[in-house]
Amino acid sequence: MSEPAREPVLVLDEVHKSFGATAALTSGGITVEAGSIHALVGENGAGKSTMVKIVAGVHRRDGGVFRFQGDDVDFSSTAEAKAAGIAVIYQEPTLFPDLSVAENLFMGRQPLKPGRRVDRAAMYEQSEVLFQRLGVHLDPRRIARGLSIADQQIIEIAKAISLDAALLVMDEPTAALSGVEVDRLFAVARGLRDEGRALVFISHRFEEIFALCDTVTVLRDGAYVATQAIADTNRGEIVAQMVGREVGELFPKTPAPIGDTVLRVERLNSTGAFHDVSFEVRAGEIVGIAGLVGAGRSEIARAVFGVDGYDSGSVHLNGEAIPMRDPRASIKAGMAFVPEDRRLQGLITDGSIARNIASVIRRGLAKVGFLTSRSELRAADEWAARLHVKTHALDMPATTMSGGNQQKTVLAKWLATEPSLLIVDEPTRGIDVGTKAEVHRLLSDLAGQGIAIVMISSELSEVLGMADRVLVVCEGRITADIDRDQATPEAVMRAATQLHHTEAGA
Amino acid sequence: MTSLNFRAHARPAWRRLLFTREAAVIAILAAVLLYANLAVSNFDSPLTMYYLFLDVTPLLLIALPLTMVIVTGEIDLSVASVVGLSSVLVGVLYAHAGMPMWTAALTAIAVGAVCGSLNGFLVAYVGLPSLAVTIGTLALYRGVAIGLLGTEAVTDFPETWTDLAKTRIVEGGSLPLVLVPIAVLAAATAWLLHFSPFGRGVYEVGLGREAAHFTGVNVERTKFLLFVLTGAVSALAGVYFTLRYGSARGDNAYGLELQVIAAVLLGGVSIFGGRGALHGPIAGVLLIGAVSSAMRLEGQTVNAINIVIGVLLVASVVATPVLNRVAAERAARKPKRKE
Repeated sequence: MSEPAREPVLVLDEVHKSFGATAALTSGGITVEAGSIHALVGENGAGKSTMVKIVAGVHRRDGGVFRFQGDDVDFSSTAEAKAAGIAVIYQEPTLFPDLSVAENLFMGRQPLKPGRRVDRAAMYEQSEVLFQRLGVHLDPRRIARGLSIADQQIIEIAKAISLDAALLVMDEPTAALSGVEVDRLFAVARGLRDEGRALVFISHRFEEIFALCDTVTVLRDGAYVATQAIADTNRGEIVAQMVGREVGELFPKTPAPIGDTVLRVERLNSTGAFHDVSFEVRAGEIVGIAGLVGAGRSEIARAVFGVDGYDSGSVHLNGEAIPMRDPRASIKAGMAFVPEDRRLQGLITDGSIARNIASVIRRGLAKVGFLTSRSELRAADEWAARLHVKTHALDMPATTMSGGNQQKTVLAKWLATEPSLLIVDEPTRGIDVGTKAEVHRLLSDLAGQGIAIVMISSELSEVLGMADRVLVVCEGRITADIDRDQATPEAVMRAATQLHHTEAGA
Repeated sequence: MTSLNFRAHARPAWRRLLFTREAAVIAILAAVLLYANLAVSNFDSPLTMYYLFLDVTPLLLIALPLTMVIVTGEIDLSVASVVGLSSVLVGVLYAHAGMPMWTAALTAIAVGAVCGSLNGFLVAYVGLPSLAVTIGTLALYRGVAIGLLGTEAVTDFPETWTDLAKTRIVEGGSLPLVLVPIAVLAAATAWLLHFSPFGRGVYEVGLGREAAHFTGVNVERTKFLLFVLTGAVSALAGVYFTLRYGSARGDNAYGLELQVIAAVLLGGVSIFGGRGALHGPIAGVLLIGAVSSAMRLEGQTVNAINIVIGVLLVASVVATPVLNRVAAERAARKPKRKE
């Protein structure tokens, strides 16, 4: 390690920022040393994103100390922050899809030949050097469209390195990555740390924080709570600091009586997505679907619900055949589906909270052919209250809520249909610990009321904690059906990577 | 309303009703009517009002279904060509094929629905952009209309029918009888868009078609039906147009599509979909009608009238982002006042 007297790369202290009447940050703080990977944690709405945006030059702070590499700074644009040596890698980078990887890397600062012509050869060469340094294999000549999110993040990181950024902030970079991709990202991050750069890592996943980071800073309700060395703390302590109270068991699945078969899926096939998928889900049962990202888990769920079609096979709900590609028929039969992407698929984000909650049941709300806002409001009010949605008013657009409350709104909208089968795809992605526990408790309660639940999740601990049975999907096939008492992380991971091994062996 | 756990509305009722694009257009319409009544001679005569209503009838009719198409985020530029085609069909079927007027009119409306279903099929089920599709069918339907009748015109319609288009509700009054079916159609459209589950789906398609799909809205069918409805109503406007002027011609209502779209956008409907309410476009049509009528009485040319309408449209489109910006800046300044 280096001499302790060295100036920290980033110092924020007593930083505050308000938007209109709401104070997003009252007293934010963090001190990041060079050669360190620093975790920044907090519930949604704790002020992490606001603090990152201040550092990135998106927002200007209302007051407080902001020092970067020893100098007091005040960025009024992202360009200024970038020029100073700060790079922010977002959860979902926005590359130009029709340009090549190298063109994206050197956007706005392409190497030039005489006559102001773009020197492509130099561009490709420099890109390759960068990728080599990061230890990844990416073709600089390929078009960005179709690159995985993981590869897109690597490009953003490469861009930051080529700009010689001293501070890299990664905002939930692993949310959409599979296990292998996470490992590669971590290897890259450790390499950058060893070069003496400072990294800030934001994540809701504790396994990752403990695997990668050396220091952790906790924010709560817009204020700094504590900074500790990772080695000196534990998960329970950090969670307690985040929520300001002790949190009990995170995954409280209580045993529920298992009833008759509710969902029966038989030999479902869809070319290029999944093959020969059969399974059953019974009343009161939570069936977890685990597997790597891209294994076909969401595709199966979408086909069962009917937003996508399939080539062959059948779906039965309570003994009734469900027609293909007809979500309304599925809903009528008693199916509910909380999709993966709540902003794009789960909610009409610009629509009001009331209309969102009432959107699936509105046919039943119409009286003598008239559907009024009043009846929608009343129904929405009931379900929002049951799910403890927090909002200023029910006619506000859904975008005004935090991620956790948006997810509760999606759940409210579907529970209002009083379904017999609830499919949830990544029900707790990107939501804070408190809400996460609430969602888990809710799913457990619903199972107790005799609802059959299918839960897709990339978070292994969530699947193992909640599910009565775990189905593991690997490359479009169900490779394991494991009962609760036999479901260990090793058993699931083995099944999730099974086909790779057999293929490699053959 | 019985007690709720949540506040139903973020803003008090008067602000919700007053601070809308629709309210602004209605206010401008009221101002124009007031000014014209005071300053333009003869504007307040029953005859001026009567002709104003007769003139805006085709616009008013087409604006009703077109508003819904635009709320889904699509556009139909072929409406005026369907008016022309329907007009020609009424003429040809009545005068050349010897059909009774009833049958000729209903056939023309049915053909309008077929025209709309071609637009709807290409947009909703094939997935082509509506702008491109309806630029194509704009030319196609107009071409067929002119091809059927050439430069001729059919003018010998039965007087009972042509009179029907001009009858007043009260003899010597300012309200033509056509306002009655229009009021019925407007009420039906208002129900469909604002008080039916289908209408909620129309907005959802405009605001987020993927989320609408995941919620069980049949996105394709919603768009398809609206295009069919727009075709049928445009053809109905074509029948009216023919009777009003007693003349079936291939170039009837040439360029009318831009006026209708201008009126709908003037009425606060977002061209990007998802926003707008039916009373806005109705006020927009009446505003265009009132401005045209008042300026014509003042002896202004069509060109001058178009310039004023154009300025109104651009101003109304620019007004929203500017007003939002002002509101946002005011909101941002608020907490500082407290300090």
